[in-house]
Amino acid sequence: METSKDAYWKANIRLVIGCLIVWFTVSFGCGILLVNFFNQFQVGGYKLGFWFAQQGSIFTFLVLIFFYAIRMNTLDRKYGVRED
Amino acid sequence: MDLQTLTYITIGLSFVLYIGIAIWSRASSTGDFYVAGKHVHPVANGMATAADWMSAASFISMAGLISFLGYEGGMYLMGWTGGYVLLAMLLAPYLRKFGKFTVPEFIGDRYYSQLARVVAVICLIFISFTYVAGQMRGVGIVFSRFMEVPVETGLFIGMGIVFIYAVLGGMKGITYTQVAQYCVLIFAYTVPAVFIAINATDNPLPQLALGSELSDGSGYLLDKLDKTLMDLGFGDYTSPFNDKSMIDVCAITLALMVGTAGLPHVIVRFFTVPRVRDARISAGWALLFITILYTTAPAVGALSRMNLITTVNGVDGSGTSYAAIPAWFKTWENSGLLAWYDHNGDSKVQYAAGNAFAGNGKPVFEGEQRGPHRERVTSNPGEGKRVGDAPFANEVYVDRDIMVLANPEIAGLPDWVIALIAAGGIAAALSTAAGLLLVISSSVSHDLLKGTFAKNISDRTELMAGRIAAGVAISIAGYLGLHPPAFVAQVVAFAFGLAASSLFPVILMGIFNKRMNKWGAISGMLTGLTFTLGYIIYFKGVFIEPFAANIPENWILGISPEGAGVIGMALNFTVATIVARNTAPPPPHIQQLVDDIRVPGSS
Repeated sequence: METSKDAYWKANIRLVIGCLIVWFTVSFGCGILLVNFFNQFQVGGYKLGFWFAQQGSIFTFLVLIFFYAIRMNTLDRKYGVRED
Repeated sequence: MDLQTLTYITIGLSFVLYIGIAIWSRASSTGDFYVAGKHVHPVANGMATAADWMSAASFISMAGLISFLGYEGGMYLMGWTGGYVLLAMLLAPYLRKFGKFTVPEFIGDRYYSQLARVVAVICLIFISFTYVAGQMRGVGIVFSRFMEVPVETGLFIGMGIVFIYAVLGGMKGITYTQVAQYCVLIFAYTVPAVFIAINATDNPLPQLALGSELSDGSGYLLDKLDKTLMDLGFGDYTSPFNDKSMIDVCAITLALMVGTAGLPHVIVRFFTVPRVRDARISAGWALLFITILYTTAPAVGALSRMNLITTVNGVDGSGTSYAAIPAWFKTWENSGLLAWYDHNGDSKVQYAAGNAFAGNGKPVFEGEQRGPHRERVTSNPGEGKRVGDAPFANEVYVDRDIMVLANPEIAGLPDWVIALIAAGGIAAALSTAAGLLLVISSSVSHDLLKGTFAKNISDRTELMAGRIAAGVAISIAGYLGLHPPAFVAQVVAFAFGLAASSLFPVILMGIFNKRMNKWGAISGMLTGLTFTLGYIIYFKGVFIEPFAANIPENWILGISPEGAGVIGMALNFTVATIVARNTAPPPPHIQQLVDDIRVPGSS
């Protein structure tokens, strides 16, 4: 078991950056900057870009937070910093 | 049973519930009063955060906002939810590890400076009072519409209820009442949404109904809405950037996200859970509970816009004669949120693009005077010009708050659903008001009194001071609700802009940048604050006349005052970094503190 707090912090930062890239891509990317491109595609009655802006990005945020929280629990254990 | 009685019973029962919870969860120490003793389960905290966050504006106004903005409504949806990602990953866990009571306390300790703490308190109080005035007003409006009591009476009842549980229970009382209020408000929001979704598309899930075909066989809902709106001279519903430019949509979305993450009454909710990992997962639960409402709202927005158009313009799209218009139209006309002026003199009510009334588009009523069709008389009809290829000029003013409040009536739903909407609106307003009042009172009793001006007071005295501060804050909020300053609408942009440009960057750098020192933080906060305040006042004019027209040509980089927080935030980061590089680094024990808050278990 590693105990280095620096290593724990670096792993945390890597995870946060990864999550924030996804966060940016779905909301600002698919929902705003590339919305016209994605609007060419139709899923059911939704234009895809419109769907990202009003539904998809919110669902992605939700998955991201739970993913982060669960991954961090694993890191807490791996680096021996888990609270009782 | 008539609607009036049903509404009284529903609201009465919800109040009994809130007061019961308040008595059961009284606060007995400052720890209970400020952070509910740090014993709140992460799921319960998630629910409480959701109720805390979703205000009268989310409940009453947001779907209406979306239904008139179409695609651009997405900036509110993404902005007000995306902030939770930032909160969960960049702020909440570390602030929980820090383990004290208030946001200014963190800023004061991390930057070893009373000055920084006091500046933070000022930002916090300004942000929170702006917000709370709107909530109290919301309570008054719901009361006056649904229970037919004057706005003032409604306001006093609301103040009384908040007073009981906020003063008695502090954070502990507020937390568990917010859990109950979440249940009331989400039930009240989703039930009518499911009904109208089934009515229109046969699909009970609003999230799917929005992308479904209409049950009358006329194709997809959104396609039909696009076409109908274009025929009436509006921009289409789903295409981007009809109302705002791409850069402005980006800036507003980011300002709302960062502002959300920097709002003190939201941050402080994460101080109430037992452990760091609870703070992380609790942000997830909070967003789950918020998502239920926020993904329903776009469906409510689109469906109610469609309903409004078909009801007013009739099946053949030529308008409905005023004599045959449904009863809800006249009810809301009586409350001043709807108005009709017969521009083409055909006795029919017709809805299309353009303002039916002159000036800012809002009707000015001639008291209770009635015209030839028994409609309310207005003194400022517009020119009655057609927009684009619209078949007629717009004759109707629709306040966007109606889209949620009148939706059950427009869709012809049973009375108990309407009563439920009233209880839900009040729950949304009260829960947010209570959360805001608590951060105001704790920053007064804890940061200003105990932390700065009267360091020797005992725990009991501090608790008493907290209760008195809460009482005073409620009275001020009530006063602001009764006499809303003319600039209330303008200052809403302040709350997010200020949180984004002052508190958020300083907290973030406090955690992620060990080299950041007190001079950097103070100069950064002041720069962000001054710029954002200045930018909004420059274009919107608060207390004074605006200096320049609030139009894209005048804005910096095409960013409207609503998105100014983003520029303020960038300036804050830049100035803070430059100043910190050229002044002494923080002392060793502060660097130790930063190491400590980054890691959960150890000390």
